[in-house]
Amino acid sequence: MISVEHLTRKFGAVTAVDDLSFEVQEGEAFSFLGPNGAGKTTTMRILCCLIAKTSGTASIGGYDVANPADALKIRGMLGFVPDDVGLYNELSVTENLKFYARLYDFPEGRARQNIEHFLKLLGLWEQKDVPAGTLSKGMKQKLSIARALVHEPKVLCMDEPTANLDPDASKTVRDFILGLKSEKRTILLNTHNLSEAQVLSDRIGILKTRLLTVGTPGQLEESLWGVKTEITLASPSEAVSQAIEKLAPGLVEVQGDKILVKVKDAVSENPAIVEAIVHAGGHIVAVSPLVSTLEDVYLKFVRDEK
Amino acid sequence: MRLSKAWLIAAKDLHIFLKKRNLLYSAAVLPLVISIGLPLLLRFISNRPAVTAQIMERYLNAFSILPVILATIIPTSIASYSMVGEKVQKSLEPLLAAPITDSELLLGKAIASFIPSIVASYLASVIYTVLSDVFSRAKLGFNYYPNSTAVLLFLALTPLAVILSIGYNVLVSSRVSDVRTAQTLGFLAVLPFGIIYILSEIGIFSLDIQSLWIIAGMVFLVDILLFFFSSATFQREKILTEWK
Repeated sequence: MISVEHLTRKFGAVTAVDDLSFEVQEGEAFSFLGPNGAGKTTTMRILCCLIAKTSGTASIGGYDVANPADALKIRGMLGFVPDDVGLYNELSVTENLKFYARLYDFPEGRARQNIEHFLKLLGLWEQKDVPAGTLSKGMKQKLSIARALVHEPKVLCMDEPTANLDPDASKTVRDFILGLKSEKRTILLNTHNLSEAQVLSDRIGILKTRLLTVGTPGQLEESLWGVKTEITLASPSEAVSQAIEKLAPGLVEVQGDKILVKVKDAVSENPAIVEAIVHAGGHIVAVSPLVSTLEDVYLKFVRDEK
Repeated sequence: MRLSKAWLIAAKDLHIFLKKRNLLYSAAVLPLVISIGLPLLLRFISNRPAVTAQIMERYLNAFSILPVILATIIPTSIASYSMVGEKVQKSLEPLLAAPITDSELLLGKAIASFIPSIVASYLASVIYTVLSDVFSRAKLGFNYYPNSTAVLLFLALTPLAVILSIGYNVLVSSRVSDVRTAQTLGFLAVLPFGIIYILSEIGIFSLDIQSLWIIAGMVFLVDILLFFFSSATFQREKILTEWK
């Protein structure tokens, strides 16, 4: 659905996006994770035909973002949630949504149904006639999401949808996005919230001007050191260490009373490791799997990039 | 260009203007002051024995262009708010992400500014002409308004002046980032008509039918050029990346 190859965007001497290539399949939720100034918003703006690229190619649904004739078609396919909600404060909640439904030439009857559906789903139905300017920050954000969905877009682009929201409002928005994901909508999400990216995304790209890595949350977590088994011993001994080293040469690391063993498949390998320790006279206190977190992966890539 | 899209944007803006009372008040105060103040000035002048019917007629002729000057001032607050207002509310980004063209957006903004501005200009003109007749009739012995010059000013030059002011103000407001700067620069739209007024006042230029047709033709051309220039130079990217 979204295809980007060698996309670069420069602002004067500053390169905001550098040689970015990625693809998002139809029905996939793809997140860009990165620090402020990583080029996430610039990438999204290029894809929404709001700003031009410097070089490379990008297309949505087969339409080229750089072709002015395709720009209207692309914009018509997209639902866009900007980082600033950008509502018309003087207009009511419903008026805001109706205006956008008409702007997208969406049939009046279905728009009415969608407005009611999304407002009820997001807990805004009671406020439907209230001026948008009087809503709380969280409610405005929800309305901004409803606005992006009212014309049933094929692709939903969301730029920091939970930024500046309190935990409760963030959870509501996240749950709502999860619901959209289950409907198999194509979602492109910008965030610097790790847990949000992990929960909401099929795949995550870590971006810091360049795309540093990309994969499913599981692949990224394993990418750092794979899976390790952590064995805590009552009293570590040389015999135990030697026994494990014999079993998994070069994959063992001793840290005080803990032994870390790199494994490929914990389920099949752990029993043999435990047996070897017991056989060598070791007293096991605990055995637990150790996987790197998304945070570890994120920090490693972003810091290495510095 | 789809007029339906432009109208949709215009209807939305008009709806917002109606709810923004301070915007309406700021657009209404000056026309009211001038449309009532000038006839009162004529009344004061007409009471002076030195002012003959001929002098009075000269004043009225020169003042005839003032409703046109008003027509360039009235849109300043509304038109300058059009783009900068979107910027202040940060509503321009989702709007630009919608399937509309720059021309549709600019035309919508212009229509939204035109309707209240032309209504206010005509109301001010009607108040001015009626009161001017009331206060000058005794000295002249006849009603100065309506006359062919006033009708031409009213029907042709006033709407053209409103369009000129809107075109210029939309152009300015899409290039500056705060309402105050937009309004300050927007007031420059009054300059050409101010110069015409001064020239007619000092007798270099006479506001007769022929010269008014020439002025109307020139303003019409400038209106068209301004619209195409606004559309051609409108830069979504600059607005999104440089407006903070």
